[in-house]
Amino acid sequence: MSSIGTGYDLSVTTFSPDGRVFQVEYATKAVDNSGTVVGIKCKDGIVLGVEKLVTSKMILEGSNRRIHSVYHHSGLAVAGLAADGRQIVSRAKSEAASYEKVYGEPISVKDLADRVASYVHLCTLYWWLRPFGCGVILGGYDRDGPQLYIIEPSGVSYKYFGAALGKGRQAAKTEIEKLKLSELTCREGIVEVAKIIYGVHDEAKDKAFELELSWICDESKRQHQKVPNELLEQAKAAAQAALEEMDAD
Amino acid sequence: MDGFSKSIGGGGPNVPAGSHPAGGSQAAAGGGATQRTQYPYVTGTSVIALKYKDGVIMACDTGASYGSTLRYKSVERIKAVGKHSIIGASGEYSDFQEILRYLDELTLSDHMWDDGNSLGPKEIHSYLTRVMYNRRNKFDPLWNSLVIGGVKKGPKGDEKYLGMVNMIGTHFEENHVATGFGNHLAIPILRAEWHEDMTFEEAVKLVEKCLLVLLYRDRSSINKFQIAKITTEGSTIYPPYSLKTYWGFTHFENPAQGAVGSW
Repeated sequence: MSSIGTGYDLSVTTFSPDGRVFQVEYATKAVDNSGTVVGIKCKDGIVLGVEKLVTSKMILEGSNRRIHSVYHHSGLAVAGLAADGRQIVSRAKSEAASYEKVYGEPISVKDLADRVASYVHLCTLYWWLRPFGCGVILGGYDRDGPQLYIIEPSGVSYKYFGAALGKGRQAAKTEIEKLKLSELTCREGIVEVAKIIYGVHDEAKDKAFELELSWICDESKRQHQKVPNELLEQAKAAAQAALEEMDAD
Repeated sequence: MDGFSKSIGGGGPNVPAGSHPAGGSQAAAGGGATQRTQYPYVTGTSVIALKYKDGVIMACDTGASYGSTLRYKSVERIKAVGKHSIIGASGEYSDFQEILRYLDELTLSDHMWDDGNSLGPKEIHSYLTRVMYNRRNKFDPLWNSLVIGGVKKGPKGDEKYLGMVNMIGTHFEENHVATGFGNHLAIPILRAEWHEDMTFEEAVKLVEKCLLVLLYRDRSSINKFQIAKITTEGSTIYPPYSLKTYWGFTHFENPAQGAVGSW
């Protein structure tokens, strides 16, 4: 699949003869090599989960958040270069704030996804900028109900009912497709996402990881927030139990 | 102060060309120099508040005057801010709406941290003091007297807070505060009758006593009030209601009795 783009891959403003922009494709590699990020659209909201790979035992639990609130009603989960992700989050926050200043009402999730996508795309148009090395899953809950978008380093954004980025995305997508999302509540969704992330985590290649879960649902009053601790622990326990069951087979 | 039309800096000094006109400035005829005089247009009258056993209680009427006309009679001048506070305002209503927008931005960025902390009444009071004082220094004040009350868990348990800040940036914290006419009519009553750890019912009775005096004596007040309370459980703004007034004094009957006149 990966061809050597000799000569055509040095600048983001160069097309290859077969019409590809290699720099953007290389940026996508950064996303593909990061910890898994999963998002699902349940019937009453969105659940976002991140497999936060812990690189050192010295790191304090709960630091290096990968899921950020962008506005009351939306959250952004980042896969890929974390610092690039912070920049995207910062831009998304300011877009949401300025939209409200101008139009007097909260930005719709669709418009927010559009604006973030435009910004990411911007950095693929000029040779003095490099593309963002991260993909984001944007989950939000507005007047049109819960919505899930992925914005890739190329600047494209699509709407999904189930999404995954990072190392374990293929396995995660398979698992998500098995779920009956239209009947799942967010409470049940949290457990499912935890199971998926625990399931795709490769014990051999990566040592420790921390599970970060957030949701926006009717239960959280349509506000984006970290999943409350007791529910988080329950989800982790259920996921561990499911893993052990699988190992036992 | 509030409700009285007053121009700051009178026929004012010409502001040097380098400064930028902030909102509310009126360009002097002839262009170039701007004068930042300001008059309040739609104003609310007194707000009173006091600490009681479970938290803070705040009350005001629901009227907004346009000069001497009682233009709007169902205006909510007390609003909740975040989880721990309520804010009441007297003075220019549009400036209060602007302040609420600033507080919305503040609470939004506070919410987005998602770190388990949230802004308490003391922090909001401090923020608003900076906003009010800095605007006053630019000769472009937000023409309000604000009352901020709330309860938040501190190192010594649940700490009640009640503070006031006005358009010139004067701010303080007290067990009971009042703005506008309330300063003259309600504070003396509160000073005499407030005591530590009042029950909610006692606090409401005391507040109603003050509101009644204000209703009788402040011409810009109306007989429609809202009481709000803030406790550890959260804020409650009660629906508006009226107080019973008594006008059956003998001297009010047949008021033209001793009048001199040809008819």
